[in-house]
Amino acid sequence: MEELARISAYLVSLAIMAGIYSVFCLGLNIQWGYTGLFNIGIAGFFCIGAYTSALITTPKPTGVYARYVHQLFGLDMPFIVGLIGAAIVCGIVAYLIGIPTLRLREDYLAIATLGIAETIRLIFNNEQWLANGPRGLMGLPQPLSWLVDPKHYNYVYLAIVLTVVLIIYLLIERAIRSPWGRVLRAIREDEISAAMSGKDIFKFKMQALVLGSMIMGIGGALYAHYTRAISPSVFTPLYGTFIIWVMLMAGGSGNNKGAILGAFVVWGIWIGTKFMTDMLPYTLKARAPYIRFLFIGILLEIILIYRPQGLLGEEKRVSKLVE
Amino acid sequence: MYFSVDRTEDFEVRGERPSVEVMDMNKLEKGNNQNSIMLKVDKVAKSFGGLKAVDECCLEVRQGTITGLIGPNGAGKTTLFNIITGHYKPDKGEIYFEGEPIHGLAPHQIFSKKIYRTFQITREFAQMTVLENLMLVPGGQIGEKIWNTWLRPFAVKAQEKEIRDKALEVLEFVELIHLKDEYAGSLSGGQKKLLELARSMMADPKIVLLDEPGAGINPTLMRKLMDNIQTLCHEKGITFLLIEHDMDLVMNLCEPIIVMSEGKKLAEGCADEIKSDPRVLEAYLGGQYR
Repeated sequence: MEELARISAYLVSLAIMAGIYSVFCLGLNIQWGYTGLFNIGIAGFFCIGAYTSALITTPKPTGVYARYVHQLFGLDMPFIVGLIGAAIVCGIVAYLIGIPTLRLREDYLAIATLGIAETIRLIFNNEQWLANGPRGLMGLPQPLSWLVDPKHYNYVYLAIVLTVVLIIYLLIERAIRSPWGRVLRAIREDEISAAMSGKDIFKFKMQALVLGSMIMGIGGALYAHYTRAISPSVFTPLYGTFIIWVMLMAGGSGNNKGAILGAFVVWGIWIGTKFMTDMLPYTLKARAPYIRFLFIGILLEIILIYRPQGLLGEEKRVSKLVE
Repeated sequence: MYFSVDRTEDFEVRGERPSVEVMDMNKLEKGNNQNSIMLKVDKVAKSFGGLKAVDECCLEVRQGTITGLIGPNGAGKTTLFNIITGHYKPDKGEIYFEGEPIHGLAPHQIFSKKIYRTFQITREFAQMTVLENLMLVPGGQIGEKIWNTWLRPFAVKAQEKEIRDKALEVLEFVELIHLKDEYAGSLSGGQKKLLELARSMMADPKIVLLDEPGAGINPTLMRKLMDNIQTLCHEKGITFLLIEHDMDLVMNLCEPIIVMSEGKKLAEGCADEIKSDPRVLEAYLGGQYR
């Protein structure tokens, strides 16, 4: 019985992380899957989303704490305000990145986002006054925590995460199935032809970049309130960007259901390999993380070679508003 | 006496007048249509490095015509198309559409003036179905604004239905209806050309610029394409400007024909005039007809 409870608790924590990653995958799917925007700086939006929500929902430290914890502001607002704030700030940052880069070819966007993501992480690491530098912020509030015993709080949080995933999924599906989504796919297929069909390419690419990044911001906020403590070392390219790309590729780029499925499958494999490497002898264990990185890399290669469309693949027809 | 004669004459005249007037009006209107300049390219120039692709080119396209644009490879025909449709900015010169300057506008703004173009190498949206390729085109779709898809779903749906029906009608016209749910990328070369024409019809254009509509398609499809162009011109009043290397197509379909060479207009006239113009033979036909 005890054993069963432990396993289910473990599965819940696994599902929460997979759910949070689904949010990122849905955001990336708008940018890459539908519009063809090569954003490899997801970690940057992850980081901004997490820190924004943290600053909005925690109180500004006072008294003796103020000497040890520096933060630009602390609004002590509810969780939902944190989520919305994270989305808005990420949207603004994406807009600013989009102005110079979206007019260029797609590979420039990739380089720019990669660089900016790392820059953002280093800013949070080095600017003590902003969000406490490398030590990060702690004690983020958990929504609806009064509902249950703290021991079982994860079940509540899982429900919250899945609700957010569902809402985002429904909103995106509606937009993608409409003429808006059709234009995005046309831009991915042939920008020049889409322009000749009267579509303002820059405007639509900007909308896709901003909306996708806002969703990533929400993902960041969800993560921050789950772990309750964030520091810049979390938002590395591996956990913040690379694994999300693997998830989207595995699940099926250009398919929102695939994006969610991919997040759960790849996170399951990622955690599964941790179990396996934990069984290794002590001397090898220290090197095990690198084997896992290698494993995920090989997995990506296999997907790209043998099933480039991913598990679910793209649907033939995108506009499904009328049959 | 005088009076009555006058009156009868008056009556006769009155009796006939309406029909005469109508006829005159018809002639006049048609004449006007044929004569009014729809597209005017005025001293347009464009260089790529040291190469003058288009060199102070002047030409006019009149409403209701199927104007042919021919010339040897490298004459600047496609470059001129790219300038007219906003893909390149001209180094100098002006372009007017129905009297309004359109040079320097972006491609999507050119589209909103009801100018549509097709490409030499077809640019269909390969990973989208034939039907969706068409449904994309119409301007002013309320569902292209993202908040409308969430806040006004019924209006979006209603408009989407209209667009879908129109697209099916157009596919019926170009006889691609049986392929509506196929990927556009899987069509044959000729079918892609028909698809391009179908897409242009979705735009409700005033003028269509066709870049080699007949290149690489079999004679049967070619005839179909020519018929379609003629029908669209005569029944819907769409003006065509088309680049073509197939002389049969140009000579049968186009009036007038404009010849470009080295970035300039060399000659303009009907098929017979062009065929017998020594400058054209020299520049374009390579002189083997002399």
